[in-house]
Amino acid sequence: MRNVIAKELEKIASEDKRLILLSGDIGNKLFDNFKKTAPERFYNCGVAEANMTGVAAGLALMGFRPVTYTIAPFATVRCIEQIRIDLCYHNVPVVIVGTGAGLSYAELGPTHHSCEDIGLLRMFPNMTIICPCDPVEARLALRAALNHEGPVYLRIGKKGEPAIHKTAPDFKIGKAITVIEGDDVCILSTGTIISLALSVAELLRNKGISVRVESFHTVKPLDAGLLEDISRGCRLVATIEEHSLIGGLGGAVAEWMADNGPSKASLLRFGTEDRFLGRVGSQEYARACYGLTADVISEKILKAAG
Amino acid sequence: MNVKELERVAEEIRGRIIETSCKAGVPHLGSCLSCVDILTALYWEVLDIDPQNLSRPERDRFILSKGHAAPALFQVLAMKGFFPKAMMDDYGEDGSLFGEHPPACGIPGVEAATGSLGHGLPIGIGMALASRLHGYKNGIFVLLSDGECNEGSVWEAAMMAPANKLERLMAIIDFNKWQATGRSEEIMALSPLKEKWSSFGWSVYEVDGHDMGSLITVLKKLPDGSGKPVAVIAHTIKGKGVSFMEDDNNWHYRIPCLSEVETAKKELGLI
Repeated sequence: MRNVIAKELEKIASEDKRLILLSGDIGNKLFDNFKKTAPERFYNCGVAEANMTGVAAGLALMGFRPVTYTIAPFATVRCIEQIRIDLCYHNVPVVIVGTGAGLSYAELGPTHHSCEDIGLLRMFPNMTIICPCDPVEARLALRAALNHEGPVYLRIGKKGEPAIHKTAPDFKIGKAITVIEGDDVCILSTGTIISLALSVAELLRNKGISVRVESFHTVKPLDAGLLEDISRGCRLVATIEEHSLIGGLGGAVAEWMADNGPSKASLLRFGTEDRFLGRVGSQEYARACYGLTADVISEKILKAAG
Repeated sequence: MNVKELERVAEEIRGRIIETSCKAGVPHLGSCLSCVDILTALYWEVLDIDPQNLSRPERDRFILSKGHAAPALFQVLAMKGFFPKAMMDDYGEDGSLFGEHPPACGIPGVEAATGSLGHGLPIGIGMALASRLHGYKNGIFVLLSDGECNEGSVWEAAMMAPANKLERLMAIIDFNKWQATGRSEEIMALSPLKEKWSSFGWSVYEVDGHDMGSLITVLKKLPDGSGKPVAVIAHTIKGKGVSFMEDDNNWHYRIPCLSEVETAKKELGLI
């Protein structure tokens, strides 16, 4: 996913002279081509994310379209006040790209996990949050984000994520993309964990349940139209995300349902628990620690959908 | 304007700040009064900003990073004609744009919203990079407080600007020797301030921040030919201009009563 982002940034840099890439001393060799294409528009801002974010605001206030790029927790939580004030309060068009979001870097330990970023950034006025599910969506999301008049957090995985979309879908900020059609249960998945959502859907289909899967890439603003449809039309809505159950997609959908009820559908939320992981391991291992496996999730849905 | 006339302007600004503080209940008088001469020198003699033509892209930019001195900035902007003085009639009232810190929009001449410290210099770097990319020859001026230099983001920025040879960026430090609750030299190891900035790669000048002539000379040095960003350490007195406020840190938060306003205005030669 990050390779697609780097490639697309390079492409956009040659089309749009307003694009500036700020890196927090990350992505060794990743941006070599960008640096060749637009050497004057690449700045390694060092390991100084607060400054980088402020610099991006200054550039945006003078007409540029800056992108800040580093590992998700450092792009977000590390410099959260700069995001709140410099980007959101000023409402400037800056795209924060957080790479290795969620549990992508599980083996690096909780310092590098990013399971609170959506919840924290979601509270800031003017902020838009997009979590593309695959490289295809990431490319489209980047273009949409750079055309958006305000700050955007683009929350991406690492590398090697499978392509979910066989062809480029119609991508609009705030409009979820249907990946599988179905009636009984609707799974809303945000980000790269969609592969798990698809496995869950397959298990449930084998049990005779009709499952719809949505790539719910934009967590803010929510796709209210879709939520209206499924809360009326489905028996059960399940959210899946590589993010804390507090404040993420599941939290946002629960808030929406509380505010817009009554709803026919009940809601189940799957995400990371309210605890740091004490042991390191692969991304699959870390997900399993939080119960994010196809077996666990499909069983819970079966039980609830009864 | 000559130095005498500028000093007169500065006294008038001081008077208005003190009056407004009393009327609107706005604090940070000490911090405002210490930077009045710097702001006067900048806005009357140094900055290339036409209040009637703010959309001219290649103009200079000024960021008040020590946002709590907004009451001083607002008076300066009003006197320079960035907006009609009457716009400040509701200062401090419910629904006013004018309060304790510069807001993100609505007040002409306010370049960036500040108030949380340590945000202005990074934004200034972004503006300086942008100006260079556009090919402008303008200056970006950022005013910080000495207490603000506690913030790590100031030093992140202090390292980035010289690495990018931002010779048209100036950081002015209003060195009034106090921060909110004590001496800035004691709360953190601020000394040696000049050596800190020069060791970070800045071209540093020290100046008496209340000597109008010297201030204008130093603030006009941008760019100074060194190829480095410029830091100006302006030695100032917190509460400058009013005997009972000078170097008394109680005036970080205190609001003057009517009789104190009158005494202050007498001392400033305004009545």
